[in-house]
Amino acid sequence: MNHLLSWIIWLPILGMVSIAFVPRDKSEVIKKIAAVFSGLQLLLAIYLWRIFDASNGTFQFMERAEWIPSFNITYILGVDGLSLPMVFLMALIGFIGVFVSWNIDKAVKGYFSLFLLLNTGVMGVFLSLDFFLFYIFWEVMLLPMYFLIGMWGGPQREYAAIKFFIYTLFGSVLMLIAILALYFTCGNTFDMLVLMDTAPTALNGMLWWGMSAIKVIWVLLFIGFAIKVPVFPFHTWLPLAHVEAPTAISVILAGVLLKLGVYGILRVNYNMLPDGVFWFAGALAVLGLINVIWGAMCALAQTDLKKLVAYSSVNHMGYTLIGMAAVIAASEMNGENLISAQAGLGGAVFQMFNHGTISAMLFILVGVIYDRAHHRDIDGFGGLASQMPIYTAFVAIAFFAGLGLPGFSGFVSEAMIFIGAFPIFKTVVIISTLGILLNAAYFLWAFQRMFFGPANEKYKDIPEINKRELFTVIPLAVITLILGVYPRPFLDLIAATLNVLIESVVSFGGLAAAM
Amino acid sequence: MSNLNSLAHFWPELILAVTVIVAIIADLFYRREDSYKVAWWLLGGLALTLFSIRIGGSLVSSLFMGTIAVDPFSEFFKVLILLSTTLVILMSLNSKELKEYRVGEYFSILAIMAFGLFLMASAIDILMVYIAIEIVSIMSFFLAGYLKKKPESNEASLKYVIYGAFSSGIMLYGLSILFGLTGTTKFFEMQAAIASLGPDSSLALLLATVFILVGFGYKISAVPFHFWTPDVYEGSPTTITAYLSVAPKAAGFAMLIRFFNQVLGDGSVMTSSTWLALNGIPWPQLIAVLAAATMTVGNLVAIQQNSVKRMLAYSSIAHAGYMMMALPLMSESGIYGIMMYLTMYLFMNLGAFYVVIYVEGTSGGESFEDFNGLGWKMPLVGGVMTLFMVALTGLPPTAGFIGKFYIFAAVIEAGSQYYWLAFVGVVNSVISLYYYIRVVKHMYLTGERSESVELPSSKLVIIVLLFLAIPTFVFGWYFGPVANWISESLVIFNGM
Repeated sequence: MNHLLSWIIWLPILGMVSIAFVPRDKSEVIKKIAAVFSGLQLLLAIYLWRIFDASNGTFQFMERAEWIPSFNITYILGVDGLSLPMVFLMALIGFIGVFVSWNIDKAVKGYFSLFLLLNTGVMGVFLSLDFFLFYIFWEVMLLPMYFLIGMWGGPQREYAAIKFFIYTLFGSVLMLIAILALYFTCGNTFDMLVLMDTAPTALNGMLWWGMSAIKVIWVLLFIGFAIKVPVFPFHTWLPLAHVEAPTAISVILAGVLLKLGVYGILRVNYNMLPDGVFWFAGALAVLGLINVIWGAMCALAQTDLKKLVAYSSVNHMGYTLIGMAAVIAASEMNGENLISAQAGLGGAVFQMFNHGTISAMLFILVGVIYDRAHHRDIDGFGGLASQMPIYTAFVAIAFFAGLGLPGFSGFVSEAMIFIGAFPIFKTVVIISTLGILLNAAYFLWAFQRMFFGPANEKYKDIPEINKRELFTVIPLAVITLILGVYPRPFLDLIAATLNVLIESVVSFGGLAAAM
Repeated sequence: MSNLNSLAHFWPELILAVTVIVAIIADLFYRREDSYKVAWWLLGGLALTLFSIRIGGSLVSSLFMGTIAVDPFSEFFKVLILLSTTLVILMSLNSKELKEYRVGEYFSILAIMAFGLFLMASAIDILMVYIAIEIVSIMSFFLAGYLKKKPESNEASLKYVIYGAFSSGIMLYGLSILFGLTGTTKFFEMQAAIASLGPDSSLALLLATVFILVGFGYKISAVPFHFWTPDVYEGSPTTITAYLSVAPKAAGFAMLIRFFNQVLGDGSVMTSSTWLALNGIPWPQLIAVLAAATMTVGNLVAIQQNSVKRMLAYSSIAHAGYMMMALPLMSESGIYGIMMYLTMYLFMNLGAFYVVIYVEGTSGGESFEDFNGLGWKMPLVGGVMTLFMVALTGLPPTAGFIGKFYIFAAVIEAGSQYYWLAFVGVVNSVISLYYYIRVVKHMYLTGERSESVELPSSKLVIIVLLFLAIPTFVFGWYFGPVANWISESLVIFNGM
């Protein structure tokens, strides 16, 4: 199939256009259209995964078209082992999200149009290889997100929406400066493939106000991406946005949007500014550590279940950062420990994917109980296990996966990260294992308070999780379990690409000392 | 070129002048309630003018003994001015404020102003600069005070007169110092004369530069010469506010570009892709600081407004600041960026004002509360207003982003000494998000949902709205033709 990637990106827009022609009181039809188009997108994503050549670490299914020649802006798409899992994740969560949103009854037409637009924006970021295109998709996500949180969210939705918007816009305008600086210093091109070749050397020795250009650009890009991840201290928008957003939007936010930040750092910072990686790796590991500990401590203090899950995202993304920092282990001065770099980086990408499935599951399950009880106060339940045994089982799966119990995919990725990072960041790894402990503490404590103990009279007749909800959770639970036991297929998928990435980062390792 | 020969290349202005006379005479034959029909005569004349610009060819020369330039650069600005004049005339036809007045001369004055703006965009002689600015200013005083029964409108006009007179006085003083130093009024002779001046006249030169900047700064409402803007913009008929925020700004920028680069530049303007300031006069630094101040003040004050019209007034100050960023760069891409920004700005800003006019006409007010629930009640108006707000913030995929993108690209291209300016610029666009999105918030989030959906009753309203909204969206991702048009227009008469 030609233009496979374009189809994946633009299918939701087609869905959006079809929805525009449906009268706004026909909400069933609108939901079905959204389901069909995201279903088709998921099928294409699976098809892409099947025909993707995992032994090849370069970009595949490239598409290239003239766009604005006078500014060297081109429409370039491509997929590699780094973006493919993210594309699959977005397609899956986009599809599931439609069913999670089935209960939406306010302005259904607007909701699903924006939902599909958001889907296109995210897909576009993962698949575009032209910086201009990348930036456009990056920003296209913001407006639908603003509306989705601001219109269909909880009581503080307006504040949460504007905070999210301003934070992320601030990050992306810094990114715009960095992109333009790269454009003008590296041969007037937005083509990311060309930039990956030219940028690592073009900026060498360039000084801006006495600072190395590489460092300046690295920091500008990093702040832009870090706000999305979110890295401490840019994380304050996240708990608010997650808590106020409607369930399906929290699912997308935690499941996919946070990954954009990490993806951006790997795709742009790592590929284009490898020197900066060496300069920043230590800081990255420490920031990751702060995320782990800070996120876990905050989660421990929450009484609102959704806020707890939101902070667990801060905690989990911290591991990713530590894993990413481990890439420098492969350099000459760090003893050419390639295994360690592979484990760390592989663990980080795997953790991204796992957090996508696990946090999506967690948010869906929070949504399930909220729809029934209309509150999320952890202490306001109690003894739910006897009323809702199936629900309890799924929450148990999600919580255990979240705390990294062996047998679940989260364990594998966290273990890989620790193994990878240990040789170079010993202290960080040792302290961050404390995070795992806290991690277990907040999940288990919340579980205990909600499901065990004396049954709360108020919820004697609370209905069990229904079939639609089960349909949204089961695929995620299955993926978590399968990858927990047999992670090989996933790791094989990303290995070749990550080797290329490590190779390109490390080959500039010698220059780092000269910086 | 001699005066007689020049007339052959002066068609657009001649047609415009004849149009004005025809309109004034036609107005005599209309009864009061039919006086709006003058607009149709004018629209015809403007169409002819546009036609004559397009067939004029790309002659690059000077007319009337070197006082006026004809070049693709001025043609570009003339097209923008014609476009905005046409749109404002169309917008005025639906304005409720103007309903109780005889509007015949309103339209004629608008066209005279366009004539003045034409001269502003092509003046290359300081006398012509002054005459052009005065034509435009006096016409805007009339228009600002057109609602004679409304005290605010009178106040606007009076304030405008006082500020205008004062600033053109200062500018005139600056120009006369410049004349005293150089002994000529023509741009290119001045440039040569200044280049040969000794260091002892540098203080006088600096003084003249600052004084002239006051006059220009007033025209484009740059901080700290902006104090007239909010009151005048608020008191004037909203159609005029829209016009003042776009057309005189465009012409003002054309004039600024010509004057600063050709008189105070090193003479290599447009012959190489970057050039230098003359004799070390620090005008680029001066303008860079003014640009940063303009956008920051404009944005910070816009946040505090409770009237959408006044908010847009302050935000238009901020937009002038964004464009000013590209002036001190003295590079071709800087001028390119300003032209790109102005093109995009025309559509989105007129669009935003048109929605304000429409809301004023239906709900009677222009405060944020008057927009409550608008998005639900009138999906079309709410939708395009959202688009305009997003575009004014500068988010892709809208025209506003492309404008900002070209400006920022030019600033970054100019090298690391201007990175601070780019940084101030992008932080300001984040600040502007807060108040632009506030309109969207009131339209969708705050208001009650209504079950019934309305379309604007008049077809003309829908057509004009779409005419503004479609380019605002389409130019956001398909701006190739605009980019080409601007590249072709980047030919400035340089005295040869």
